[in-house]
Amino acid sequence: MADPLVAASRRAVLKGVFVSAFVLGIEFATARVAVAAEQGRGGFPFAPDAFIRLAADGEATLIMPQVEMGQGIYTGLTMLIAEEMDLAMDQISLEAAPASDALYGNPIFKVQATGGSTSMQAWWLPMRQAGASARAMLVAAAARSWKVDPAMLRTEAGEVIHEASGRRAGYGSLAALAALQAVPAEVPLKDPSTFRLIGKSHRRMDTAGKVDGSVRYGIDAMPEGVRFAALAISPVAGGRLISVDEKPARAVAGVEDVLLFDDMIACIASNSWAAMKAIAALEPVWDDGAFAALSTESLRAGLEEAAKGKAVVAKAIGNADAELAKDGTIELAFRFPMLAHAPMEPMNCTVHVRGDECEIWVGTQVMTMTQRAAAEELGIAPERVNVHNHLIGGGFGRRLEVDFVRRAVRVAGRSASPVKIFYSRELDIQSGMYRSIYGTWLSARLENGKPVAWRHRIVGPAIIARWLPPGFDGRIDNDAVDGAAEPPYDFPNFRAEYIRHELPGIPTAFWRGVGPNVNIFSVEVMMDALAEAAGRGPLEFRQDLIRSHPRARQVLDLAARKAGWDTPLPGGGPRRGRGISLQFAFGSYLATIAEVAVDDDGNVAVPRIVTAVDCGVLVNPDQVRSQIEGGVIFGMTAALHSDVTIRAGRVVQSNFHDYRVVRIDEAPQVDVILVESAEKPGGIGEPGTVSVQPAIANAVHAATGQRIVTLPIDRNLLARNRV
Amino acid sequence: MTRIEINGEVREVDAEPDTPLLWVLRDMLGLTGTKFGCGIAQCGACTVHVAGAPLRSCQLTIEAIGNRPVTTIEAVGATSAGARIQKAWLELDVVQCGYCQSGQIMSAAALLASNPEPDDRAIDAAMAGNICRCGTYVRIREGIKRAAAHG
Repeated sequence: MADPLVAASRRAVLKGVFVSAFVLGIEFATARVAVAAEQGRGGFPFAPDAFIRLAADGEATLIMPQVEMGQGIYTGLTMLIAEEMDLAMDQISLEAAPASDALYGNPIFKVQATGGSTSMQAWWLPMRQAGASARAMLVAAAARSWKVDPAMLRTEAGEVIHEASGRRAGYGSLAALAALQAVPAEVPLKDPSTFRLIGKSHRRMDTAGKVDGSVRYGIDAMPEGVRFAALAISPVAGGRLISVDEKPARAVAGVEDVLLFDDMIACIASNSWAAMKAIAALEPVWDDGAFAALSTESLRAGLEEAAKGKAVVAKAIGNADAELAKDGTIELAFRFPMLAHAPMEPMNCTVHVRGDECEIWVGTQVMTMTQRAAAEELGIAPERVNVHNHLIGGGFGRRLEVDFVRRAVRVAGRSASPVKIFYSRELDIQSGMYRSIYGTWLSARLENGKPVAWRHRIVGPAIIARWLPPGFDGRIDNDAVDGAAEPPYDFPNFRAEYIRHELPGIPTAFWRGVGPNVNIFSVEVMMDALAEAAGRGPLEFRQDLIRSHPRARQVLDLAARKAGWDTPLPGGGPRRGRGISLQFAFGSYLATIAEVAVDDDGNVAVPRIVTAVDCGVLVNPDQVRSQIEGGVIFGMTAALHSDVTIRAGRVVQSNFHDYRVVRIDEAPQVDVILVESAEKPGGIGEPGTVSVQPAIANAVHAATGQRIVTLPIDRNLLARNRV
Repeated sequence: MTRIEINGEVREVDAEPDTPLLWVLRDMLGLTGTKFGCGIAQCGACTVHVAGAPLRSCQLTIEAIGNRPVTTIEAVGATSAGARIQKAWLELDVVQCGYCQSGQIMSAAALLASNPEPDDRAIDAAMAGNICRCGTYVRIREGIKRAAAHG
């Protein structure tokens, strides 16, 4: 295992979470000390740490280290602080954290990043400690002022109460005195049996502005004097602008400037429409460069070639290779397409460069990376870059990247006004960063109907090596093997191995579900193939192999029961089937049962999904449910539709008409079963996306007999009477 | 100058006649609740009501609006259907990232105004033009039914 402090994969995270609990004291103390120096910041009389600001009127402002992009984390983190601090939820407002790894770095990544379903895993203890510590200081203040033993005081909904004398004081009235109390070295956390908030569904705190249009995303930032810039970007990665006649763009009413860069063109205008029209009026001549001939076929051929190389072992038990050299080995090879994230809010970033300082308005999953990228482009110190983060109109991994920030800074660096660059949807799809193609090769052998050996080979890029270099040990990308190295099944001989293969000419990135999307799909489809070979049902075959994982067994049984696994599906009409998937990833156990109906043309409909979830403590149960409902639909899109292809170095798809996503008329009924648990929280933003894909594939097999080893599912394979 | 009636107010805008309403709302009138998602009427994020009908403002030029009154997300709460949809959306925590929800709410409110008790089929038909990448469709269906029940 790599140094746990730099581990950044889900697999490592699982271990890292335990580590975090220990290093947390240090980190949290650092944050406190740093903030203590600027106590009273913003006029708040009580600001005991980086997260809590208490006003004299009792209103609290909590600083959110993680970004809200729909996953409900603002509400979840708030509940953690409010629980331990005994704050009233209706006296809290929230602010996005400024850029600071020291104060707001994700305890798992060590940088200020929201991704990998880590937020609740990372902050479960630090946020509670922050709340408990602040509470202890408020209690100490009341005890001093009333000259009573602090042990005789209790707190509730923003008040300290002394039962014996009937005295009560609102937190606000104690704020100034609390600030003078010593920060407790150690503070006990509540016994979970006394939780008032954690475990009970609480309404999201970010919804009011999202239903009346008043919320401001990055794209809505309108600093005084802002100009709007549309871009043309070299359609081939690494391509260069040779020439362009600027006149047609400059002739568009409202256009103020046309800026040429070696790899892009920016048209700056008084409104977005004029900027877009100006870009459309141009006929730039590009030198496509080294990747002019790149195609999906050449990329796939490169992957196949790389797969013949030597793999590094992520985990081995016994001697799988020897067992798998024997007769009767079952093999499946899986192929995964490139994917775009296509968040509904297109990439955008508003930048004002003033001399040696820079102000940025953006929605980003990576505050400090954004700050550093801008500083680097301008050749100034990161502290000179002031980043205002916003609620995010969809991240899915795309906003873990700062390519668009760099472009915005380059454009704004040549303008006196603040400039908002925004991508058209076409640019979003065609000049994005992509989930890579991946290949996996699985081999297994059965004896007496049980697997005696299992091998899982993954070939694909090491995103972590670029995104968080300290998180890469030079051999294994822990994300790339996540879901392969620690299956919930007991195999006596086991080998998970990895071959790193970087795609030429394609910028690759994390994508909701990350490594487990690829690996758990492979594992779960392979499990169905083995069950078939063993003459067993997919459910009982799995049940037999998870004896050492009671939490896996529980979700599997719950999902099967709820889905009516043993009941017949309606006859007549389209071919119908049910499929199972089971997983342990992101610290959470999920079992999903998909029901599909496949028509004569091979179209797959998914009328129903049942998912049982054990993600440890359910901090905000309704938001766990919501993440599964949405994650399932995100994964359905990947299973059924999404495929970014390359021709002549260019992305072929351009907008939602040819980069199809699931719409409401395809959306299934989603039944979510939540398991009450006292285990520490696991992640929940991504598991549903992962879980649904193999469940659909296995259901399609049940309906049609076609084993699905390539995504998206090719309906031509499923059509009846195909020519 | 073009005169358009938006949210009950007549506004004069200095925009080229071919400018889509979306950009007039966002860049010129400060009504940023209406969202840009695709620019080709494929996603519905920019949905507004024009004389009560849900239209994609990214494809609707200001010269094509004429005298028809425009309602945006900022004012849809003043209509009975809009208010009921917003309330149901809050009660059920329909939203996730929220970016598409202005458009979802505008489409849902228009549906409810024309069909007080839509079933799943009617909901799917009316809402299929609005993409939600977070996948809130399950709750959108539920939200519309709840809003209908409050009618």
